[in-house]
Parts: sequence; structure tokens; C-alpha cells
Amino acid sequence: MTLELSRLHRRFAGFQALDDVSLKIAPGEFLALLGPSGSGKTTLLRILAGLDYPDSGSVLNDGENFLAQPARERRIGMVFQHYALFRHLTVIENIAFGLRVRPWRSRPSRGEIRARVDRLLRRVQLEGLGKRFPAQLSGGQRQRVALARALAVEPELLLLDEPFGALDAQVRVTLRRWLRQLHEELELTTVFVTHDQEEALELADRIAVMNQGRIEQVGSPEVIYQQPATPFVCEFIGKMNKFVAKRSGDGFAAGPWTTESDPWQGRFDQAMVYVRPEQLRLAAAPSQPAWEARLRHIYLAGSVAHLDLHVASLDLSLEADVATEDLSRLGLQAGMELRIAPRGAILFPLDGDGRPLSAERWIWQARSPVPA
Amino acid sequence: MMRTRPVAWPRRLLHAVLIVLALVFLLLFLVMPLATVFVEAFRQGVAPYLDSIKQPEALSAIKLTLLVAVLAVPLNVLFGIAAAWAMTRFQFRGKALLGALIDLPFSVSPVVSGLVYVLLFGAQGWFGPWLDSHGIKIIFAVPALVLATIFVTLPFVARELIPLMQAQGSEEEEAARVLGASGWQMFFRVTLPNIRWALLYGVLLCNARAMGEFGAVSVVSGHIRGLTTTMPLEVEMRYNEYEYVGAFAVASLLALLALLTLAVKSLLEWRYGDEIAAHAPGGAA
Repeated sequence: MTLELSRLHRRFAGFQALDDVSLKIAPGEFLALLGPSGSGKTTLLRILAGLDYPDSGSVLNDGENFLAQPARERRIGMVFQHYALFRHLTVIENIAFGLRVRPWRSRPSRGEIRARVDRLLRRVQLEGLGKRFPAQLSGGQRQRVALARALAVEPELLLLDEPFGALDAQVRVTLRRWLRQLHEELELTTVFVTHDQEEALELADRIAVMNQGRIEQVGSPEVIYQQPATPFVCEFIGKMNKFVAKRSGDGFAAGPWTTESDPWQGRFDQAMVYVRPEQLRLAAAPSQPAWEARLRHIYLAGSVAHLDLHVASLDLSLEADVATEDLSRLGLQAGMELRIAPRGAILFPLDGDGRPLSAERWIWQARSPVPA
Repeated sequence: MMRTRPVAWPRRLLHAVLIVLALVFLLLFLVMPLATVFVEAFRQGVAPYLDSIKQPEALSAIKLTLLVAVLAVPLNVLFGIAAAWAMTRFQFRGKALLGALIDLPFSVSPVVSGLVYVLLFGAQGWFGPWLDSHGIKIIFAVPALVLATIFVTLPFVARELIPLMQAQGSEEEEAARVLGASGWQMFFRVTLPNIRWALLYGVLLCNARAMGEFGAVSVVSGHIRGLTTTMPLEVEMRYNEYEYVGAFAVASLLALLALLTLAVKSLLEWRYGDEIAAHAPGGAA
């Protein structure tokens, strides 16, 4: 199924949940709707599920009006944030629910239902727990029951609302990989909602980043991470150092560092600069323009070390990431002085009112790549 | 298990005093009146007791009371579920007003609610002449008894269900919809099983009140013996006629109903406390 969402608007009392959202979902793709709470991602999912309707706009499924179909005819499997298992039914009865409520003509026989439930229990690795009630299961087990229940109706589209939100970190990572595998085996189209960027980057084929009811950017995880389209995406995905550079001569400069060129040809005086922590070069060559920075502290976080740097001349705090094994190679110690410079940056020019202009984004690369 | 640390004697004395006080209070205001009902009913022995219950007026009062309850309780179950559904599943203008209206019968004196029906349907009332010309009799007849009882017992079911349905949320119902259930399937397979014990609890309280209601029913009944007197009215009439054994005999039936209600209610609270409502004793607060 190819879903084509166009120009969706949805307004709740005093708040715009969806503001002109258009999106195409290809068959078999694993799409993440990523955004902070209140960004409209759950509303979008609920519209696909038939639990909510847009005020205007359309959703086409292979060219047919998807919104005209009631929830029960859409061939959708949905896993709710808190699983929404039927508390008065056993695991088996929960999984069989979608089959048992079918009209008798299309309802499989008892034996078939039983066989399908058994297959699903094996698939979600819950054999032997079929007679339990939801209250007798752990969070991870409940999530898998919810998934089995959604898959029992053989959906074409699987919708997941914050599927890992209520699980502890360890279970989360295991389930994530397992879900990705499942998606590939079943060749489903999967759309999931999350506020966890790490989850989206790891799982999804494509990510739609949402903010205040709008889609800020749609793209592969690599594109979202390396070529963020808007200041919001820069600040929401991963870590970013942020500062303002002023036009000086042929480039935009902050202290001694400069871009050495100006794609806007003098139309703007200032630009917002975003630099990823791993894009900060720590030992710039003397010939390179660079900042004098003091290494205030080293935060060790397993394989990566976060360096807390301070550029006194700009009164600017920066964070740089290096591999932990490089700490001793580079002889890094708290208190030492370093010459640092960005290897690459994302720039948005600021208009007269100081607002960054997303449409004029510029991805800047340092002229000659010099090893760190 | 009860006492894991020694308690100093002044505290123990305080405990004892408070417990004795509570017991004396209960004895004086609850147990003694209840006992009096049975003592008075059997004052002249079992035979007169049975005789006074077997009188046609008593039997017709019992039948009428059952009839009123059989009509009023199911209607209030329907209304209660519908109201609780509207209050917990939809956002709409005037929701607070609906909530206040549901509680209205609790705050209005039953006599007043009875009078309202007289004003509406009585001979001099708004609809009185029209009803009269069509030969429909409401006031001083069974329909008025049912209407008054429905009004007075209206909040019981809704008030039991609203907090529970609020707490449970609508996610399970939405899950049922997405899995392909029709509206009725969703209601009977998901909603109803989730609220069944709270519903039973509400029905129980509603029924007890429906059978025991006096004030509103008294205003609209007209006290036509054998036709429009329910059990509480029959008790009053017999008492006013110095027919003490008869009055207490019928009263003892009402008292038995109360005791039975109490027993089932306690059983429900003990067994399904967490499925009844957040505010119910023994429930998950």
C-alpha cells in the first residue's frame, strides 16, 4: 500500500495539532514520526488508524480515499503507547480478538484461530504464557502481546505509538532490533511515533521530524543527521554547538575563525552556525584560523568522551566529542589550552529581525581536510 | 501481626475509649432501631406477622414496589451507562452542566422532586389538561411512581461508572475498533466487562433506593390503598392507623432488603474493590 497524505490540518481547542502536513509512505518502508510532545505526531498516527479525522486534507491509499474507510476496514495493526491490552481477557483471547469479532463469513474457524494464535505466540516468544492475564506480565511481555494482537489480523500497515516508551533501557534495545527484524520478515509497512531520536535514527528507513504540527524535514537518518534542514532539526537531533557569526570581508566570522566565503553574496549580515561536537577539530594547524580554547572538563561516557571547552575571546562554551581511546593519544587533560576549529557546519542566515531562514541553509565544509 | 510494638497505656486507654464510643453510637443509632423493627414485628408471634404480610394491601404494595424497581432500575442503568459514556469519552460544550444535572437529584429534597411532577402532570399542571383529555393518568397512578423513582435514583449508576471509566480511559476501546470490532462488539466485549462490577454495585445501590424511596413517591402517589401504595407508603399508612405489627412487618421486609444489599455490597467491595471505582472503600485509591 502506498499512502499519500496531503495538506492535512487538524485543530483542537486552541491548538493546531496538524498544520498543512503532506507525506508519502512507500510500501514496505519503516517510517518514524519523530518530534517533541505536542508536535502532532500522535495525531497523525491516529488519523491513519481511523481514530481521528483531519479538518481538511486527504489520505489516499493506492489512489483510493483512505479516510472514507472506517477503522475496522483499513487492515491496520496498531500498538498503543500503553499497549491497551484487554485486561479481562487472557493473552490468547487478546491475540484472537481481531479474528473473533469478524463477521461469521470471513471469520476463520476455531481451529484456525487457535493455530494462528499459537504461531504468533511462538513468533513473539511467549509460548506457555497464553493463559495469563495482562496484569501478570512484565512490560516487555505486554508489548509483545500487543504486537501479536496487532499482527493477528494480518495488517498491511503497522502503526506503533511510542512502542518502547514504557520499557527500561535494556529491554528497549533488544526489542528494537527484534522489531526491525520482524518488519523485514513480514514485509509490512510500519509507521512509528517516537520522541526518542536515537530510536528513530537506529530503526527507521526514513524519518519525518515534526514540530508544532508541521513536518520540518523528511529523509533518511543519515540526511537528517548530517544535513538538517531547519534550526529545529539541528537542535532536536543529536547535539549541536550553536553560535552567531557576523559577515566580515568575504565570509562569516566568529573571532579568528571564518567561513572564507559567502554563498548569499552579501545579502545577510549575520548567520546562526551549528557545529556537531564530533565536527570540532581539536588541534588545528598554526596556519589554520582557529580559536584558543581552554579544556575545562572531560566527561567520560564509555566509548566517547565529551570535552567541555571554553573560548575566552568569545565567551563561548563548546562541546567536542572524541573517542575515549584518542584521549591519551592526543594528550588531553583538563586545564590545557587547545586550538580548535570546526571541520564542518550548518549555517542559517538571520533576517533583519534576527530570525533564521531555513530556505537559505548552507552546509559549510572546511577547505582542506586536516587530520584531527 | 496486629501490634508490632508495645503501646503505652495512655494511648491504649485512648484507643479503648474511642472504640467504646463508636460502638455505643452504632448500637444506639443503627443496631437498636434495626432490632426494634424486628422485635415489634414479631411482638405478637409469628402467625400475626405472617397474616399481616399476607393481607392483600401488603401483597399489592410488595408487587408495586417490585414493579417500580423493575422499571426504574433498568432505565437508570441505560441512562447511567449513556451518561458515563458521554462524560468520559467525549468533549463537548455543557459537559460540566451535565455533570451537575446528574448530581441534581442528590441535592434536591425528594419531596420537591415529587412536587415538580405534580406541577408538570397534575390536573392543574402544565400537561395536565392535555393528558386528561387523552385519558392518560400519570399523577396518583403508577407512571408517576416510576417517574419519581427514576428521578431520585438517577445518579447512582452514573456516579459509580464515571470515575472508573475516567480512570480506565478509552485506549482499550480504540484498540477494539482498530482490530475490527463494531460499536456493539466493542461495547459488549470490552467496555461492559471492564465496568461490570462497578455497574452491579451501582445497580445494587440504585435498587435499594428505588425500593426504599418515600418522599418523592409519597407526593405523587395519592395513597390509594392497593393501587398506588409502595411498601414504604404502606408502612406509614399502617403506622398512622395504629396497626403496629402490620407496619413493622412490612418494615421488616424493607430492613431485610437493606441487610441483603449491605451484604452483597460488602462482598463486591471485598472481592472486586479495585474494579469498582477509585473512590470505593478497598479500591485502589
